[in-house]
Amino acid sequence: MSERCAVIGIGQTVAKSKREDVSIAGLVREAALMAVEDAGLTFADIDAVVIGKAPDMFEGVMMPELYLASALGAVGKPLMRVHTAGSVGGSTAIVAAHLVASGIHNRVLTVAFEKQSDSDAMWALSVPQPFSSPLLAGAGGYFAPIIRAYMHRSGAPRDIGMKVAVKDRLHALKNPYAHLHLPDISLKMVEDSMMLWDPLHYLESCPSSDGAAAMVIGSERAVAQAESDTGRRPAWIHGMAMRSEPTSFAGRDQVNPQAGRDCAADLYRQAGISDPRADFDMAEVYVPFSWYEPMWLENLGFCAEGDGWKLTDAGATSLIGGGDIPWNCSGGVLSSNPIGASGMLRFLETALQIRGLAGEHQVPDARRALGQAYGGGSQFFSMWVVSVDKP
Amino acid sequence: MSGFPDLTSGNRPVGVVSFAQHDNVRREGAHNEVEMLMPVVAEVFGNIGITKDNVGFICSGSTDYLVGGPFSFVAALDAVGVWPPRAESHVEMDGAWALYEAWVLLQEGEIDAALVYSFGRSSPGNLSEILALQLDPYYMAPLWPDPTSLAALQAQAMIDAGLATEADFAAVAARARRSALGNPKAQVAYDRSPEDLLTEEYEVAPLRRHALPPLTDGCAAIVLAAGDRAYEWCERPAFITGIDHRTEAHAIGARDLTHSPSTKLAGEKAGVARSGVDVAELHAPFAHQELILVDALGLGPDVDLSPSGGALAANPMMSAGLIRIGEAARVIWSGRADRTVAHATSGPCLQQNLVCVLEGV
Repeated sequence: MSERCAVIGIGQTVAKSKREDVSIAGLVREAALMAVEDAGLTFADIDAVVIGKAPDMFEGVMMPELYLASALGAVGKPLMRVHTAGSVGGSTAIVAAHLVASGIHNRVLTVAFEKQSDSDAMWALSVPQPFSSPLLAGAGGYFAPIIRAYMHRSGAPRDIGMKVAVKDRLHALKNPYAHLHLPDISLKMVEDSMMLWDPLHYLESCPSSDGAAAMVIGSERAVAQAESDTGRRPAWIHGMAMRSEPTSFAGRDQVNPQAGRDCAADLYRQAGISDPRADFDMAEVYVPFSWYEPMWLENLGFCAEGDGWKLTDAGATSLIGGGDIPWNCSGGVLSSNPIGASGMLRFLETALQIRGLAGEHQVPDARRALGQAYGGGSQFFSMWVVSVDKP
Repeated sequence: MSGFPDLTSGNRPVGVVSFAQHDNVRREGAHNEVEMLMPVVAEVFGNIGITKDNVGFICSGSTDYLVGGPFSFVAALDAVGVWPPRAESHVEMDGAWALYEAWVLLQEGEIDAALVYSFGRSSPGNLSEILALQLDPYYMAPLWPDPTSLAALQAQAMIDAGLATEADFAAVAARARRSALGNPKAQVAYDRSPEDLLTEEYEVAPLRRHALPPLTDGCAAIVLAAGDRAYEWCERPAFITGIDHRTEAHAIGARDLTHSPSTKLAGEKAGVARSGVDVAELHAPFAHQELILVDALGLGPDVDLSPSGGALAANPMMSAGLIRIGEAARVIWSGRADRTVAHATSGPCLQQNLVCVLEGV
């Protein structure tokens, strides 16, 4: 990165099953306006807008950024639309940050959303295509066999996924923006919920949410202005990386994908991370199905391959349990899943923690955090590192 | 190697060094998007003797609604072959914006080259119905306004404002299709007089058939290279000296359709007027839109307009903008032009516009 840049504004909507009180434009504007005002700005201060979301068929609007131009205050400005599957919320933030890091713009607004209640994501994922097998089981059916391969490979006990499901829902109780608030959550409740795709119970899966997330990313100059106007500190970006690999080929490791490992290696090089578990104070990682926590603990180098489940089992990733490396303090994707925004929420939550604004789910004295999003059949990755310290 | 031009945008010279496009056809029935794209990607690398191992970033443009399924970019990326894993991104926009994203990344200096590609087929569906789904989903889309009818409103507004006549539209179309006779990739090319074209029936008044773009299946690819690397792969790179894009409001009623303030602003930011323009490749799907763009960019009568025939000769969705950049680069490589302008558009009635200035040294 050539120019220093940081998150200076954050906005998000409450995630819920159906936001029937707002249009798509109303939903994205709610988050965008909150981010812009958090930075002490108005839309007029924004130089460019970068918007991301998952497939357009999830709402039934083709290239909706065109229709959203006015709602996002983008008229007369550059407007870009990113789509990189499930990793899109992260990729969108990265594309926006590069517009500042490259020295082209001073303040860029980035927004991601999904309004799943306007259409049917399961249908959109399952439209028959010539000469290709449809994903009739949805995402859970796709990932369950990969999870079973992980269990077989690592020898993890069967209750690890359920422990993640409970832990993230306990975190969500401390996040007023989270979709699922399940005060009675327990291992027994997860175990008693319907088995959807063995080994994934209903409560080990992410919900379908309506929601939007937004951030303002500013240059060094914009940071100074925002700090003096709002008194809130920035979250400096220390590294950003994206990696993609093919969907399938003989020998592809879908449990521990090379693209994820390469992406983390590139990111850690940029940010000077040598021991992720020690160097990070927290992480927000895309865990839409419970078992992806131990799998990504390994993929991201927080432990040796095969040991991820041991960290989860020991409570290392629990904020409430006092773990040394809390993961998904917001409740994660397991508690809120506006698909296109889910990746951005990971990135946004790291910035919220670094700025010390996470409220009840704040990690005390969080100084450096990792945000990660993945998509497709675990083949698209986007990641960033944010810190209290200026790079 | 002979130096770099002054830059209006950015701080690192980035050049278009290779360009390839598929034959633009009405119906590429037997080949799917991936099968169309692969020879084009092979050609764009083969032209300059490199492989995907030589580029540090891949960025593509496409839209799911043309394919009729989610994640249409994935199959294309799989075929391009991102192994070992690559830094990669995708915009749900014309490839010209994918090129912009790659150009931004090249500005930072971590990578020296990028592959950009885009693809789209109009033939599998009914494009008029599909593009109606691009409109405001609550107030516009339920009325199913087709793009030709919206463009006709724009053309009529020009006539009502005294800015143009139907004969002006016919003159644009006659020139574009005559130019297209020299473009082996063109889909619609002919030599007919404007008077002859004016005898055609209206499709949607005041637009007759000649003022409409063809329905096209196509795809395109470009390689960008920065600094000295550009000269390693290309004798006379077409350097991007200015690039910018702007959007307007979506609601048709909120805009003055007879002008394109977003093109004007993007042109100013890209520095179009800083020096003379030899060639301008304009993405004007409808004939009257060329008149709006020429005015917005301040192009004089000496500028050679869309010598490829432009979008009236072939209008592959998601690629027609990227192809304009490729065509504007080709005339610099050949020495026919020193300074060119490429333009790309998206959305109804020129809602969103990108302007790219290219220069050879």
